[in-house]
Amino acid sequence: MVGVVEDAILRATPALLLHRTLGYFRRTMWNRIAHPGHFMRWTGPLMPWLAGLSALLLGIGLYLTWFVVPPDYQQGETVRIMYIHVPAAWLGVFFYGSMAFSAIGTLVWRHPLADVAQRAAAPIGAAFTIICLVTGSLWGKPMWGTYWVWDARLTSMLVLFLIYCGIIALWRTIEDPNRAARAIAILTLVGAVNLPIIKFSVNWWSTLHQPASILRMGGSSIDPSMLYPLLLMILAFTLLGVTLHLYGMRTEILRRRVRALTIREAERLDARPASTGSLPVGQAVQGF
Amino acid sequence: MTRALLALLVRDLTLAARVGGSGALSLVFFLMIVVLVPFALGPDLNLLSRIGPAILWLAAVLATLIGLDRLFQADEEDGSLDLMTGAPVPLEGVVLAKVLAHWLTTGLPLALVSPLFGLLLALDGTAMLATALTLLVGTPALTFVGAVGAALTASIRRGGLILAVLVLPLMIPTLIFGVSASEAASSGTVPFATPLMILGALSLIAAVIGTFAAAAALRWSE
Repeated sequence: MVGVVEDAILRATPALLLHRTLGYFRRTMWNRIAHPGHFMRWTGPLMPWLAGLSALLLGIGLYLTWFVVPPDYQQGETVRIMYIHVPAAWLGVFFYGSMAFSAIGTLVWRHPLADVAQRAAAPIGAAFTIICLVTGSLWGKPMWGTYWVWDARLTSMLVLFLIYCGIIALWRTIEDPNRAARAIAILTLVGAVNLPIIKFSVNWWSTLHQPASILRMGGSSIDPSMLYPLLLMILAFTLLGVTLHLYGMRTEILRRRVRALTIREAERLDARPASTGSLPVGQAVQGF
Repeated sequence: MTRALLALLVRDLTLAARVGGSGALSLVFFLMIVVLVPFALGPDLNLLSRIGPAILWLAAVLATLIGLDRLFQADEEDGSLDLMTGAPVPLEGVVLAKVLAHWLTTGLPLALVSPLFGLLLALDGTAMLATALTLLVGTPALTFVGAVGAALTASIRRGGLILAVLVLPLMIPTLIFGVSASEAASSGTVPFATPLMILGALSLIAAVIGTFAAAAALRWSE
């Protein structure tokens, strides 16, 4: 009896549950969806719909931002910048999170799509982070009277951008995609562990150096007439980000196929210098 | 196992001492930055003594980068890294021994001579000792964070620049707490112990993460 109870307790351990769920997820869904060939097949028809939907939502969101949303009683028309700024900030952080998740996929499960996902995410995340920084500084000029303040949040975003730059640079330096993937995965995880520490220390630093005097966004609560367009913009941006990410992943898979084919072709030419036979493309590349 | 790692430590120290070690070079580089700053800012001693700890810390961060790119690369090139990977000692231990040797030849001398360089920046006695103490506590964090970058770029030719780009953002917390601890000792708005203890914590965290991440990077880079 006691053994049964203990067994039940053990079975209900969150870690074990998580392990089982992940295992199930991996065995069934992922293997089917995430094989590069399958991935290309099921994303292919999906892409125009995703692109169309994000264009539509982005169009509606931008229309609302420009023509419908009332100007803020303190910030005036400049408040419209927020509808680009906040979604971009969210996506900058979101893509780093997805990269950290993919990094675990690369290191733990050796998943062939994980490093493709990670590689495609880095430039997109960096782009959204820089959009966030640029729009923020354009907003800061009329509101705070300066393009840049060494405030904790701004500084953390800037450091995030620098880490993105390092990751992209390392991708471009290591030629072999598999080796690069593992190196990047380790770097991404080290960065993911460090980001909260950086955030914490930058907070400490900014409170030490300057009191937060200018930094108060209009009010604590946002009026619904502004909140709903903002939520719509966040949704549209997320959809846009996911679409770009999937396009990036498809391009990366194709790039690796081309790379594999080129290597094959070179090997074939190497083996038979005088022949003019054609390459058996159909069976040339398995997976990629 | 301990004996093997000790032998590795001694080997790296001997190499650093005999074969044009980067330890002395990074000290010279450290001095160079300290000398350049007054030329840029002007010889105002009040200003220099106020920002002195910051200059010393910045110089320490940059000087840590010197020689870091060769930490694993030299062994990678002549094949001894392969032997170490195949040896019956955990690769984490190898990394720990090598990083420790590197810190003993760069970080430690840096912290020890910093009071001397503090004289150039008109630091008073407390600030000098405080800065030396924070450097002593904080430079291990710099070296361990740098070791991750060194392991990642071990097999890349001309990896020095990319190494700097990779590890400098991760050194920001150490820089912040190092400088604020040194400044707390002289200005006294914040207690000295708090940032110093956080600095120690950063070094310990970096030692754990750095050792495992660098070993993983070396293991998986083949």
